[in-house]
Amino acid sequence: MRRILANRAVRRVASTIGTLFGVAVFVFVMLRAIPGDQITAGLGTEAAALTPAQRVALEQYYGLDQSPVTQFFSWLGNMLTGNFGYSARSQQGVLEMTLHSLPVTFELAVFSIVLALLLGVPLGMLSASRTNSPRDAFGQVVSLAGLSVPAFLLATTLLSIFAASFGFNPNGQGFATLAEDPLLNLQQMFLPALVLGFGIAAPILRTTRTAVLEVRSEDFVRTARAKGVPPRRLQVRHVLGNALVPIVTMTGLQFGYLLGGAVVVEQIFSVPGVGRQVLLGIQQKEYAVVQSTVLVIALAFVLVNLLTDMLYRIIDPRVRAS
Amino acid sequence: MPRGALSAIGAAAVLSIALTSCSSSSGPVTSTGATGKSGGALVVGVTSDPDTLFPWKATQFTAVNVLQNIYGTLTEFDKDLNVVPGLAESWQTSEDGKKLTLTLRKGVTFGDGSAFDSKDVKASLEKIMDEKTAAVARASLASVKSVEAPDESTVVLELTGPDAALPANLATVNMAMLSSDDTEEKLNATPNGTGPFTLGKRVPSQSLTLARNDKYWGAEKPKVGSVEFRVIPDESSIVSAMQSGNVQLAVFNDPLVAQTAQGGGTITVTKTPQLSYHALQLNAQHGDLKDVNVRLAIQCAIDRKQVLDTAALGEGEVTGPITAPAFKSDPAQRPCPSRDLAKAAEYLGKAGKSGGVTVKAIVSQGEYATSVNEAQNLKAQLAEAKITLDLEVLESGAFVDRWVAADFDAAVALNGGRPDPDGSYARYFTSKGNLNKVAGYSSPELDKLFAEGKATTDPAARKAIYEKVSAELEANAPWIWLFTSYTYTGTTSNVSGFVPMVSGSLQYLRTTSVA
Repeated sequence: MRRILANRAVRRVASTIGTLFGVAVFVFVMLRAIPGDQITAGLGTEAAALTPAQRVALEQYYGLDQSPVTQFFSWLGNMLTGNFGYSARSQQGVLEMTLHSLPVTFELAVFSIVLALLLGVPLGMLSASRTNSPRDAFGQVVSLAGLSVPAFLLATTLLSIFAASFGFNPNGQGFATLAEDPLLNLQQMFLPALVLGFGIAAPILRTTRTAVLEVRSEDFVRTARAKGVPPRRLQVRHVLGNALVPIVTMTGLQFGYLLGGAVVVEQIFSVPGVGRQVLLGIQQKEYAVVQSTVLVIALAFVLVNLLTDMLYRIIDPRVRAS
Repeated sequence: MPRGALSAIGAAAVLSIALTSCSSSSGPVTSTGATGKSGGALVVGVTSDPDTLFPWKATQFTAVNVLQNIYGTLTEFDKDLNVVPGLAESWQTSEDGKKLTLTLRKGVTFGDGSAFDSKDVKASLEKIMDEKTAAVARASLASVKSVEAPDESTVVLELTGPDAALPANLATVNMAMLSSDDTEEKLNATPNGTGPFTLGKRVPSQSLTLARNDKYWGAEKPKVGSVEFRVIPDESSIVSAMQSGNVQLAVFNDPLVAQTAQGGGTITVTKTPQLSYHALQLNAQHGDLKDVNVRLAIQCAIDRKQVLDTAALGEGEVTGPITAPAFKSDPAQRPCPSRDLAKAAEYLGKAGKSGGVTVKAIVSQGEYATSVNEAQNLKAQLAEAKITLDLEVLESGAFVDRWVAADFDAAVALNGGRPDPDGSYARYFTSKGNLNKVAGYSSPELDKLFAEGKATTDPAARKAIYEKVSAELEANAPWIWLFTSYTYTGTTSNVSGFVPMVSGSLQYLRTTSVA
């Protein structure tokens, strides 16, 4: 037993299962702590007019007459057999809903991260190239703006300007997936990815700047310079290459958060991702929708973390050696 | 950068595209009919998709409006809220008022092609009356003892007593006539009604498209081939979608959004007064509010126009209890038609509370745009009359929960009005009303007046009775009626023929055309 637990992979799987179980219990309890249920969420104040018999009929219909323990284990058991529950509002299974919304969120997350990296890494390097210079100040201002301009403000402003001034609003046309209409899809993803990417570029920029400054002061950089390595090669191959670990950590973390759905941006740009799915689930008190989707998000988060760890091994030989 | 890192990023990008491509469509598509017929396609912007497709349980704005265009009712409202024939061509009340005979329209079919007849009416009404169905309009049929269908096109309702409000009650989509062969489960997936449109295609959370029902019984067939309700969760984003020509019609509630829409110049905004009303509901069963003098003091300490101006940009009208155009209350008839702090102090004195009172009020955050602003203005005004309004701002779900349980001293609320005052208020302010627990007030006088109103068919006599109801409510101040607001219908220049209604209904989508 001790030998099995000593195996890193087994430990990792066990801790993942533990984490997911913890998430499942937490979400289940939190959802029930929110006042109201599916009946009041659906009927609103009209629920006050229900007779006791009507209420009992509705509780049976929504499965609210079962004890919380029964509800939890029947949901968890069903999850394990691939039955994620059913959404009465959407008239479809939660698994089916998630299979449609998760790829949308994944695509948005990838685009946002790519934009954030394209903006954050070069600007971070630029800032670090000469500290306390105008170019550093420029980088700092951009990162401050990225951190402090709220996504809803940037999103609404961009949308209004593009729609009112240029008549450009692909997001008003009804969502198209990449497979259905790649061009329209990319247009629809552009503004939301830009808004999210701008926000994420800030921490990436700051991390890049700090990491680059730290690496640059190390002996091997001085040695490489002394050996006559050209400046550009020195910056990219030696400095950036060795500064990648914190940047990858930060990127992985941000990517994980993005997979949880960017609710505000998805709302404003009508992007049917997991964020909106969870929000609607909470609003309608569709417990199965929220519980199952959050669990899938948690799993995705864990997988991204795992992938990030694996990336360390690729980019840093020291990690491989240890 | 090491080559491995680059390949890892490349792999992630490929995985992304592969994963995204797996999603061959943006959602499952429920398709029961052809869309894109002649007559053009109208796109209506809505902030949410219907939470149910079963008409007897629909209370949400989008659900009601979508279903109203799919299903038919025995009676209907015209644009002025007069009750006009629907699936029932005519109806007659017996002399003693205890029997209502409805003659049904012939040749009407459901969307699936089956014929509509009295069997369907009997089955529908009986199921709505059955508690197990949990239909929201069950209480509106409280006076119905039995439903008989002597022949295919006649339905007879035996009543416990005269019910003048019944024809109006039959006009809501919660009283939709369903085929006797259909079940709730089946209709939730495939609606089947006698209305001007049928369900064309649904992509949950994204859009719902109606197709014109060419077999619709009405003299005037729908002008557009299809109507798509496109979900754009944010009202400002709907404005952007209209500016860029992707959406042609939308109804806004937020006056600020309506202003923005109008400002651009490409959208025509029509404002329509609403039946729904903003009120400070007092719970006359709680603490100091049991004393009518305390309630009257609150009534006298509030300048309603100020609430309207500060919370809703002055967009609305000060109102009394009854908002239906045919029975409208005159706000000038209330005990304190304008703010009167001296009188408020006098009432507090009569209640023995000259030192002031404290009232706890629940307020919903997010249910409608102006709630918190209204509450804050009320608090400021009442403070000047030594009445402390403690505000408890709640998320809308939590608000509904407390409201339903009548667990509040006062509630800042936006209540839906109905075209008939009996439908609006008998359920709140009669001792046996199903919302009396929430209203917290009834009196033998009100019971008597509501019973009289129900038993009287002459419109002028009914109006006089409901004027007395209104006066009785204002004199006892169980609630403080504040104002009615507008809805704003935005249309692009190529849309014509839409008639906004004070009930907020989109039933005139059938007369709307797109150039």
